Amino acid sequence: MRYIPNSPEEREEMLASVGLAAAADLFKSIPAGVKLDRRLDVTEPLAEPEVIAAMEAMAAKNTAAVKPSFLGAGVYSHFSPTIVDHLIQRSEFFTSYTPYQPEISQGTLQYIFEFQTLVCQLTGMEVANASMYDGSTAMAEAYLMAQRVTRRDKIVVAESVHPEYREVARTYTQHGAAEIVSIPFDDKSGRVSDLSALDDKTAALVVQSPNFFGCIEDLGTLAEAAHKVGALLVVVVTEAISFGLLKSPGACGADIVVGEGQSFGIPMGFGGPHVGLFATQEKYVRQMPGRLCGVGYDKNGNRGFVLTLSTREQHIRREKATSNICTNQGLIALAATIYMETMGKQGLREVATQNALKAEYAAKQIVAIEGFSLAFSAPKFNEFVVRGTKPATEVLERVRGEGIIGGLALSKYFGGHHNDFLVCVTETNTREQIDSLVRALA
Amino acid sequence: MSKIPENLRYSKDHEWVLVDSDIATIGITDYAQNSLGDVVYIDMPRVGDTFGSHEAFGSVESVKAVSEIFTPLAGEITEVNDGLNDTPEAVNSDPYGKGWMIKLRMVKAGDADAMLSAEEYEEYLSANAE
Repeated sequence: MRYIPNSPEEREEMLASVGLAAAADLFKSIPAGVKLDRRLDVTEPLAEPEVIAAMEAMAAKNTAAVKPSFLGAGVYSHFSPTIVDHLIQRSEFFTSYTPYQPEISQGTLQYIFEFQTLVCQLTGMEVANASMYDGSTAMAEAYLMAQRVTRRDKIVVAESVHPEYREVARTYTQHGAAEIVSIPFDDKSGRVSDLSALDDKTAALVVQSPNFFGCIEDLGTLAEAAHKVGALLVVVVTEAISFGLLKSPGACGADIVVGEGQSFGIPMGFGGPHVGLFATQEKYVRQMPGRLCGVGYDKNGNRGFVLTLSTREQHIRREKATSNICTNQGLIALAATIYMETMGKQGLREVATQNALKAEYAAKQIVAIEGFSLAFSAPKFNEFVVRGTKPATEVLERVRGEGIIGGLALSKYFGGHHNDFLVCVTETNTREQIDSLVRALA
Repeated sequence: MSKIPENLRYSKDHEWVLVDSDIATIGITDYAQNSLGDVVYIDMPRVGDTFGSHEAFGSVESVKAVSEIFTPLAGEITEVNDGLNDTPEAVNSDPYGKGWMIKLRMVKAGDADAMLSAEEYEEYLSANAE
């Protein structure tokens, strides 16, 4: 049955009022040559059980969802407590276009405020916004913010930042004044080392930690080097669980911390939807993009939540706005908030510890196999690059034959690293899975 | 009734200018601050920035809105009132004194002569009342 929200009589009436005889006349202006003169090639309607069977058959083709997987590289497999999915499905949250009017939206504004508070605590920063689309666009916005703060246009970005993040940021900023300069990573340590590109024209030094290779950068030293030339240090975090164990970027001297919140209870689904984290120091708040929720008190002393500093934003400032981000990733930020609050400080530390320990175990087992070693020497969190003696694509193909997704061949992004592949181990990987990966590699 | 000191020059954008040889001190008028309401933040240029006449050099954020502020004169910024970072309300309480915003080295020292006198500005305000 087709659902058409008006009756034949109403349609007649509407056509008559515009002086047409039939609905087809509405499309007269389309040349016959480009019109489709047959039915669309779709299947006939199916009964519900048939639809379910068809969907299940399609889902069953997605074997990646059930195979043991050691893929990370920006999207991570983590356990999401049932309460996350359950609570976000409350219709007040699930069906609304993020309402911001304080009179009717205290619940929404409160969770946004909590989200911002938690992001501040994890990143070690003073203010965080209500979220961005995802980690990569948050990084692009950090480029622009650094340009506004420093009034300089040179962005020095490490090649060990996720290649797709760098590509998104390049696309995002290509029509502006930003001059993007890449700096290499050290072949031995896997970390940023050559900082000679930093100068008095540099707006920001942009690094990821743990970086794309899983290496933890020496943020304190990098902050010092950036600040010495008057540039900001932008720290990108793609694996938010690492906040549970590592010293916060803020404590290391970062000026802007951006990241991806997918690890916080958001399933891996073809790359999205994700949620971008964006935090900075209070002195830069007016240059920060995005929405910001604040807390205030009415004349009777009742606490209330409101959007604040909206005067930075596009709907008021038009072309002078700090960015064109006028909204936030509401539902996903809510999921991340519920995840963080469910896990708590203790829980997050525990998950992070499990990740680090399992990754350490996996790395030890893999390097014990003849012909395999770790490509980089820097400390790691839950990802590391394995170097073999044969092309990584072949090695991973063979492992896939054993029913295991063994990791990501680095050659996809880094030519010259044919024998290297990135392995990620999270709390969802059992010891048995790790052992079977090791057996498949051997 | 707005205060309009005799010794200053005025623009139709409601900025005032005090000229001392080639240096012009610039702020917004009593009328302007009153229309804006409580000022909470002022985005200022930096020393060394240069502006053409009638170019926006910053913005004033009040509880009501954000408004651009224009320099009526072309020149280079020589000083910025940093005190307004902590006490933006000085623009409301003392627009011609502690509420000054920038000092600018004029490209042409005589430029300010073309601006409105106190009397002309007062006429301009009453002509545009309501």
